[in-house]
Amino acid sequence: MSIMSIFERLKPDFWDHGDTDQERFKHLFNFRRIWKLTVALTAGVALSPVISMAVFDYNVTHDAMESEIVLRTSRLVSNSRRSVSFFLTERKAALDFIVHHQTVQKLNDSAVLTELLDALQKAFTGFTDVGVIDASGRQRTYVGPFELTGKDYSDQEWFEEVLARGVYISDVFLGYRQLPHLVIAVKHNLPDGSFYVLRATVDTKRFNDLLSGLQVDGGGDAFIVNQQGTIQTPTRWHGKVLEKMSLPVPGYSPATRVLQYQGVGGKSLVVGYAYIAETPFILMIVKHWDELMKPWYKTRKELFAFLAASITVVLLVILGVATYLVNKLHETDEKRVTTLHHMEYSERMASIGRLAAGVAHEINNPLAIINEKAGLIHDIFILKEEYAGDQKLIGLVESVQSSVERCGAVTRRLLSFARHMDVDIRPVKFKELIEEVLGFLGKEAEYRGIKVNVEVWDQIPTIESDRGKLQQILLNLVNNAFAAMADGGRLDIKVYRRSAESISVEVTDNGCGIPEVDLKRIFEPFFSTKKTKGGTGLGLSITYGLVRELGGDIRVESAVGKGTSFTVTLPLKAKQRKRLDT
Amino acid sequence: MRVLLVDDEEELVSALAERLSLRGIDADWVCTCYDALERVESKTFDIAVLDVKMPKMSGLELKRRLQEKCPDMKFIFVTGHGSENDFRAALTEAGTAYYLVKPLNIQTLIDKMNQALKGMEASHELEM
Repeated sequence: MSIMSIFERLKPDFWDHGDTDQERFKHLFNFRRIWKLTVALTAGVALSPVISMAVFDYNVTHDAMESEIVLRTSRLVSNSRRSVSFFLTERKAALDFIVHHQTVQKLNDSAVLTELLDALQKAFTGFTDVGVIDASGRQRTYVGPFELTGKDYSDQEWFEEVLARGVYISDVFLGYRQLPHLVIAVKHNLPDGSFYVLRATVDTKRFNDLLSGLQVDGGGDAFIVNQQGTIQTPTRWHGKVLEKMSLPVPGYSPATRVLQYQGVGGKSLVVGYAYIAETPFILMIVKHWDELMKPWYKTRKELFAFLAASITVVLLVILGVATYLVNKLHETDEKRVTTLHHMEYSERMASIGRLAAGVAHEINNPLAIINEKAGLIHDIFILKEEYAGDQKLIGLVESVQSSVERCGAVTRRLLSFARHMDVDIRPVKFKELIEEVLGFLGKEAEYRGIKVNVEVWDQIPTIESDRGKLQQILLNLVNNAFAAMADGGRLDIKVYRRSAESISVEVTDNGCGIPEVDLKRIFEPFFSTKKTKGGTGLGLSITYGLVRELGGDIRVESAVGKGTSFTVTLPLKAKQRKRLDT
Repeated sequence: MRVLLVDDEEELVSALAERLSLRGIDADWVCTCYDALERVESKTFDIAVLDVKMPKMSGLELKRRLQEKCPDMKFIFVTGHGSENDFRAALTEAGTAYYLVKPLNIQTLIDKMNQALKGMEASHELEM
């Protein structure tokens, strides 16, 4: 079923109302516009708070979520930096302690140094080797897995740096065993103005464990890069150890910072970082924005669903209520207009009635004289011998008489429309009445092959009304129906109870129908569609008069080509109606 | 059968009288109510045909006056007007009253007169 046909079915009565505006009694309202205005206004008033609340809530929760993410990341970076920093400081402090506690002579004793390395490995995990380097840069003593005694470091960068700054922490590098290491060196000044350097290699495994043990939400990870962007500890997403990381190196900042990056494939990343003081390291915590926002996306979906549901419900209620109210308004106004039409019609019929009566009165007297004079001439021709025999004159005068007869019939009918003879109220049984009427027309129906179907409800009581007038009404309606039908048509007469006080008689034919233009005038005297066939145009006007006389009402519905239905509604007890011409 | 025709239209009533006479009915005619009241003094009529609407005195009033003078007289009312009040009045005025609408059919009139004389129950046909 198409949308249009659904609309056609749901369309309220008032929707196409604009079409009837050209009618005489206008409706007071443009129903479609009222409906649209009502719907638009109520929907606007009802929905705008809902929508603005939703937008507001959306923004607030979104912002809260974002700042929460930034805050959490920032806190995690801070804490981790402290741990990393502490790890390095701890080891540096251990070396510091050693150089302050031991004399250089003792340290140059490899047995003592071995003991020290052993103690360091036990107390602070991760120490691989330790060596003492003299002021000339030569390694005097070394304890560890390699043969590094006597190695000359004087031309190495780190040595210069430790001389300059007193302490040095190296980048991570692959040692001889192809394991990532870093070097911590401290310089110790001797009382004689000379100095030596204690250098230790630290395995980064502890370092790695420290970072990989962190609970990083949002599918992210924590790792360390040096200031050139070389990855120092393993990362899940951003490259291999000792390779360049896939992200740009964030700019220097003394404090923890959180940034947003567009990562590979356009994915949004949250990057928290901190430069670890006195080391070449930058601690990076990288999270996936979408992962972090997942709970928010869920909330957003729920919010949208709720909003959509609310809007739907509100709109449905508004549409329903507006349609109902405007429909009621339309019905009421329709009733008003119908009443106006009715009043106007009754009024018009009454004035036509008065006019008809006046005309009939005025014509009737001269007509009566013509009648008598012509009658007399006729009589003379027939009855008196001296004038007898002129057939031509007799013919002429007879023609005058028959014309007068016709005029008389018209004036009588006009008068009959304007007022009626006495109403003779007696109990009437409808079934019998219809049978009687059909008795008159049965032959015609039979001859023309018209099927007559009579349906009288069992519960129809005997009504008190004027039998003659009822007969006349029915006769006129059935006659009309016959005239409208082709041979072989079908006529339905239905009698049913209308209300506690009234019954309805419906005479329906399947004849040619009456055009809408004519329907409005059909009860007017001299309005005829059968003029060429000799209709006077008084039949229905008289029927109308008769029905009103009996305190009833007559209505007509017709569709051209489909047929016509007259419905006469009569009170169970006929009341005397006021005449039309008073 | 002696008939008195009363109608203010002389042309009508004279022609009608002549037509009735041609049919062997003794018909007199007058144009005013006073003439009618005068005429019944000198002659006896079986039946009077009265126009309902006449100047000075209505047919109904005249009927009452005539009935006083001639209690056996029958009446037929004729009208060119369709007023229901006239009709109602005519009906209640006399049980044997007859009511005809102009223009008249001479044969109908004669039939009604005969019925009236025979004292048949009043009946009126559906006028259409």
